[in-house]
Amino acid sequence: MAVPTVPAVAGGHLNARRRGRAAGPAAQRTRKKGSAGYLFVSAYFVLLMAFGVAPTAYALYLAITSAGGHFVGLSNFISTGKDFRFVPAFEHIGEYLFIWLASLVVIVLGLALLLHSIARRVSSVFRFLFYIPGALAGAASVLVWLFMLDPSVSPWRFLLSGLGFSDLSQTIEPAHLPVIFAIIAFWTGAGGWIVVTYGALNNIPHELLEAARLDGAGAWQTALRVKLPLIKKWVVYMLILAFATGTQLFVEPQLVSEASLGQISPSWSPNELAYVLAFQNDNFNKAAAISVDLLVLGLLCAVVLVFRTKLFEVE
Amino acid sequence: MRVVKRIWVRTAGFILLLGFTAFFVVPVIWLVLAPTKTDHELVFDNPFAIGTLSNLWHAWRLMFDFQDHALLSWLENSAIYSFGGLALALVCAIPAGYGLALTQFIGRRAILGITLVVMIMPATALVLPLFLEANAVHLIGTPFSVILPLSFFPFGVYLTYIFYSSTIPGDLLAAARVDGCSEWDVFRRVALPLARPTIALVAFFAFVANWNNFFLPFVMLPNSTSYPLSVGLQYLLSATPAFNPGIGGAVPILRPELALATIVAIAPVLIVFLFAQRSLVSGMLAGATKG
Repeated sequence: MAVPTVPAVAGGHLNARRRGRAAGPAAQRTRKKGSAGYLFVSAYFVLLMAFGVAPTAYALYLAITSAGGHFVGLSNFISTGKDFRFVPAFEHIGEYLFIWLASLVVIVLGLALLLHSIARRVSSVFRFLFYIPGALAGAASVLVWLFMLDPSVSPWRFLLSGLGFSDLSQTIEPAHLPVIFAIIAFWTGAGGWIVVTYGALNNIPHELLEAARLDGAGAWQTALRVKLPLIKKWVVYMLILAFATGTQLFVEPQLVSEASLGQISPSWSPNELAYVLAFQNDNFNKAAAISVDLLVLGLLCAVVLVFRTKLFEVE
Repeated sequence: MRVVKRIWVRTAGFILLLGFTAFFVVPVIWLVLAPTKTDHELVFDNPFAIGTLSNLWHAWRLMFDFQDHALLSWLENSAIYSFGGLALALVCAIPAGYGLALTQFIGRRAILGITLVVMIMPATALVLPLFLEANAVHLIGTPFSVILPLSFFPFGVYLTYIFYSSTIPGDLLAAARVDGCSEWDVFRRVALPLARPTIALVAFFAFVANWNNFFLPFVMLPNSTSYPLSVGLQYLLSATPAFNPGIGGAVPILRPELALATIVAIAPVLIVFLFAQRSLVSGMLAGATKG
C-alpha cells in the first residue's frame, strides 16, 4: 500500500524543488512566530503521539519484559532469534528482496530510459498502462496473480505449461514464492516507479543532453553516462523505499498460503511469524520482539533516506 | 547501414514495450472478463473470450447472496473505514502542514523530522505494535481500532507542508494580517482555499491507502461481519472452494464469483486512478516536465 503514494513523494518533491527556488526565501521570511503554530499542529500531534510514538514505545516495552511485566533484557530477542522459523523467514524475504530490487533497477530504469527516448505523447500511453495495476495493490493483486498462476484458467497457460506446471500447487510451491512475490510487487509497483524515473529524466536540463549529443555521444552513451548519473539519487531513493517495504511482506504470503492447501508455512515472512506468535501462541512479548526487529529495519531505512540523502526538505 | 541499425533498435524497443504492456494489462483484462463466464468456460474457452451478461448476473446473485449479503456489508465497512480515516486525516493534516510551513514554534523541526521518518517507514511495520496498543486499551473489534490509526497520515502533512512552504507568496499572508485577520482567519480564508488541489491530492492518496489496507483491519477485527473488502477477499479465498476444492462444501463461490468480488473490491480505486490519473500525474510532475 505504500506503492501508490510513492510517485507523489518524489513528484511532490520534484515540484517543490523547482518552485522552491523561486518562492522559498519569501516563505521563510513570513514564518509567523507566536502560539498559533501549536494550534495548527495540535490535532496532528496527538495522532502522531498516539499512533506513531506510543505503539513503538509500547512494543519496545513488551519486547524487553515478560508476560508478567518483569524486565527480561534481551531474552525475547534471543529466544525469537533462535526460533526455528526465524532464520528461514528472513532468508525468504532476503531472496525476495534480491529479485525484486534487481528487477526494479534493471527493468524500471531500462523502461524509463526507453520511454524517455520516444515521443512524449506515445510514452504517456505506455506510462498510463503500466501505472494502472497500482490500483490493485494489496489483497486484490494476490488474487489476480493466483488466477494468473493457475494453469487451468490462466491466460498465460501456454507459458506455464511450457515451464512444466500443470496445476496451481505446482506453480506456487514454496521454492517459487520469492519470484512470485517479486512479480506481484513489480506488477503493482513498477508503473509508479517508471512515472517517477521518467519525471526525474525529464528534469535533466535540455542543454546538457544537447551538449552530449554535440560531443558525439550516441543514445546508449547518453543514457549510461549522462542520464543515469544524474538520476542516481532517485535510484537510491527507490531502492531504499522498496527494500523497507519489502521487509514487511505480509498479505502476499498470507493469501497465497490460503490457496496452497497447507503447502506454505503460515510463518513464511517475519511479519507473519510475529502474527503467529501473537495470535496463535498468545505470546505478545515475543511478537513484540520481532515487531521491534522489523521496526528497526524500517526506521534505519527511513532515517538514512531523510537525513542522509538530501531528498527531502527538512530545511 | 546506420539507419538500418537504428530502425532495428527502435523496433526492438517497441517490441519490448509491447511485451511489458501485455504483462501489465493482460491480467486486468482477464479479470474484467472472468465474471462473464462460467467456471467451466474459464477453463475450456479462450482466456480472452467474452462471456454473457446472464453469466455475469448469475455470478452477481451468488456473490450477493453469500453469507447473508456479506459482500454488501464489507463494502459498507470499507467505505466507513476509508472515508472516516480520510476525513480525520484531512482535518488534522492540512492545518498541521500549514503550521509546520508558515509558523514558528518550539519543537517544529522535531515534529517535521519525525513526520518524515514515519512517512518513509512502511506503514505495515507499525501494525502489530498498534494491535498490541489497541489490545491494551480494549479497542480491538471496534471501527475505531481501524479508523483512528488510519487518520494518522504523515504523508498528507508532508505534501501540505511542501505546498505551503514553496508556493504561498509571503506578501499575501502579511497583507491579510495587516487587514486585521486573526491567525485562524488567515488560514481559513486565505491559505485553505489556495490549497484545494493539494487537499484533493492528499485525499486521493489517503483514500487509496485506506481502501487497499489489509494488515491493519486483518489484525484489529476478529469478526467477519466487520471486515472491509480487502480482508473479505481473503475470507472468500479461505472459506470457499474457488481455489480449495475441498473447502466450503456446497458454497457456490467459484472462480467467476471470486473474480467479481475482486472487481467490486478494486472498482473505487480503479475509478479514481482512471479519472484522476491524468491530472494527478501531470500535477505531480508539472515542475519536473517543464524543464
